[in-house]
Amino acid sequence: MLQRALRLRPGPYLSGRGLGTYRGGSTLDWDGKVSEIKKKIQSIFPGGAWSPLYDTSHLPPERSDVVIVGGGVLGLSVAYWLKRLEKQRGAIRVLVVERDHTYARASTVLSVGGIRQQFSLPENVQLSLFSAEFLRNINEYLAVVDDPPLDLQFNPSGYLLLASEEGAAIMESNVKMQRQEGAKVCLMSPEQLQKKFPWINTEGVALASYGLENEGWFDPWCLLQGLRRKLQSMGVLFCQGEVTRFISSSSHMETGSGEQVTLKRIHEVHVKMDRSQEFQPVECAIVVNAAGAWSGQIAELAGVGNGPPGTMQGTRLPVEPRKRYVYLWHCPQGPGLEAPLVADPSGAYFRREGLGNNYLGGCSPTEEEEPDPGNLEVDYDFFQEKVWPRLAQRVPAFETLKVRSAWAGYYDYNTFDQNGVVGPHPLVVNMYFATGFSGHGLQQAPAVGRAVAEMVLEGHFQTINLSPFLFSRFYFGEKAQEHCIL
Amino acid sequence: MAAPRASLRLVAPVWNRGTSGIRGLSKAVDPEGNQRKGRTLLQFLTDRFYDVEAVREYLLRKQVLKVQKKNRSVTYIKERYGPYVAGAYFVLKQGGSVKFRDREWMRADERGLSSLEFQKLQEVPLEAVDASGCAINYQGLDNLLALKELQSLSLRRCPHLDDWCLGRLYQLADSLQELSLAGCPRISERGLACLHHLQNLRRLDISDLPAVSNPGLTQILVEEMLPHCEVLGADWAQGLKVGPEEQSQDAGGSPIPA
Repeated sequence: MLQRALRLRPGPYLSGRGLGTYRGGSTLDWDGKVSEIKKKIQSIFPGGAWSPLYDTSHLPPERSDVVIVGGGVLGLSVAYWLKRLEKQRGAIRVLVVERDHTYARASTVLSVGGIRQQFSLPENVQLSLFSAEFLRNINEYLAVVDDPPLDLQFNPSGYLLLASEEGAAIMESNVKMQRQEGAKVCLMSPEQLQKKFPWINTEGVALASYGLENEGWFDPWCLLQGLRRKLQSMGVLFCQGEVTRFISSSSHMETGSGEQVTLKRIHEVHVKMDRSQEFQPVECAIVVNAAGAWSGQIAELAGVGNGPPGTMQGTRLPVEPRKRYVYLWHCPQGPGLEAPLVADPSGAYFRREGLGNNYLGGCSPTEEEEPDPGNLEVDYDFFQEKVWPRLAQRVPAFETLKVRSAWAGYYDYNTFDQNGVVGPHPLVVNMYFATGFSGHGLQQAPAVGRAVAEMVLEGHFQTINLSPFLFSRFYFGEKAQEHCIL
Repeated sequence: MAAPRASLRLVAPVWNRGTSGIRGLSKAVDPEGNQRKGRTLLQFLTDRFYDVEAVREYLLRKQVLKVQKKNRSVTYIKERYGPYVAGAYFVLKQGGSVKFRDREWMRADERGLSSLEFQKLQEVPLEAVDASGCAINYQGLDNLLALKELQSLSLRRCPHLDDWCLGRLYQLADSLQELSLAGCPRISERGLACLHHLQNLRRLDISDLPAVSNPGLTQILVEEMLPHCEVLGADWAQGLKVGPEEQSQDAGGSPIPA
């Protein structure tokens, strides 16, 4: 109605001439002023140019209790356990920041998806055992009302690790430790191996360890989507953006022995939106670094490693991206339905994929052969020269195979000891790490998420003691070396 | 082929390559037409009220706990009477039937189970278990895996038996000769792959498994995996489409050699 009134021709007293006449030659430009006022009033209405309340629905919230950098399986697992272990419903506000919502370069979805308990450290075995139990009961943990149950496509076929003469003694002691922790693993001699899997060439194999239960491979994308769905129902906020800056404050304190330390506390996380310069400063209490292959960069942003080398301040997070190839091939006379995930002593591995005689596999390159992690291009020559000869020597049927396709993914490789980094940083007091698992992060994600959530909420590990995986080991030089890396 | 399509309706729609987490999407997936009106109202309320959502989550949790309660391990009976009686008690309580060596099939009657009979059967090994339709899950299978002389196991139409459970059956490899998994809605070809441990198996029934993606091909692969076993299941020619030039041949001829 006001608009209609405005559209009416101005009355006699609104014409500039008239007012000017009354005032007797005043220089006040009433006509211009009135048209400005009209324009302003018109723009308030919907469709107008000026909106007094700025729309921020695409930005993350201004405040959040916990900000998790990285929306892969580890980040989502930490978010899940934080919401599950909180003391009161809705007590903790969690924000998950993920740079790429298509997960095109995320290690989770590019992974082969295996889960095993055959590790050389007892903590790793315990982590895998709990994760297997989580995956087994996934429809109880991640149940959402009105949504269909998850089907992880789990293949309980087990892992078969082969060892040559040098590695046989280590394998035996590893298996003894794994059985003590509760994993169902059995040792096989070459004769037993030949009888059970006639398609294997047992030349050079002194001992084999075969996982009988809770080992196999599954679909990581399904786990990721299940976690996302459950987290959305639990009220976790998701944001697509990149963390560009941490605003922190330092306080200088003295230890009991008189040393000066500088403790840092992160107050704000600047999250930059995709394809724009807009960013949102998110005030937070706790930051969880679950950025996978890029955790090193996030740690640098927070000031981890800024200091003289040889001190705790100067100790960097030694996690860097390493490219690994996975090849898919077809072999008509290959191993049948019973084939487990076979890992050769030389490092090459393969597993069955589907029912059509297709197989997935690859090999971890040596330090000298490491490909450039700048992109995810696949090098087929690597397969021809390094992977195929080893596989064909182990399984003679693989001499006639045809590569169908391949892809590459990143390992969040811990150059120090190839094991995860879990827990708070000693100097940046509110940054927690959940990264660096070097190829076995997916299979340990549920248990690691629980451990980090316990650390955040209680202050110490309650169920599985992951003190060998704390950050401080990089400064003290205490390696928790994992030998069974694929 | 009417039978496979009908059996598919028994299986809850499975969330696989998820498109989005929006709960409204489940309406499109739900095939039950006659309950749609009631379910839509409940979904409407659940989407808008936290209380309704909390109540429904509690009811869902209660259902899960019910199954877990049924599968509790009967350790006190195991310690007192031995593993055979404990396994028999477990199966009978769930509604199945058991057969001890040189005895007849036993089923729990209305009055319940009498302890006098069990005392007599302490040392007699259990040879056959028919747990069809019972709510056995991964935990409950503990009681069956302790029966080291079990020769015949029938797990037809068990709704909670899935691939993880099949991965445990290797413990019965020495004695098991007959296994039936017909009609279990959660078993797929991935679980069948770990039956290769059961080298003494002579009869395996894998018919009518709705979650198996390719029944004919699975049957061939399982037969290759267990050469001494007679595998009953889908006809392997099922699912093969007859090409236009082969339609003129007689129906009994098979396009692919065995």
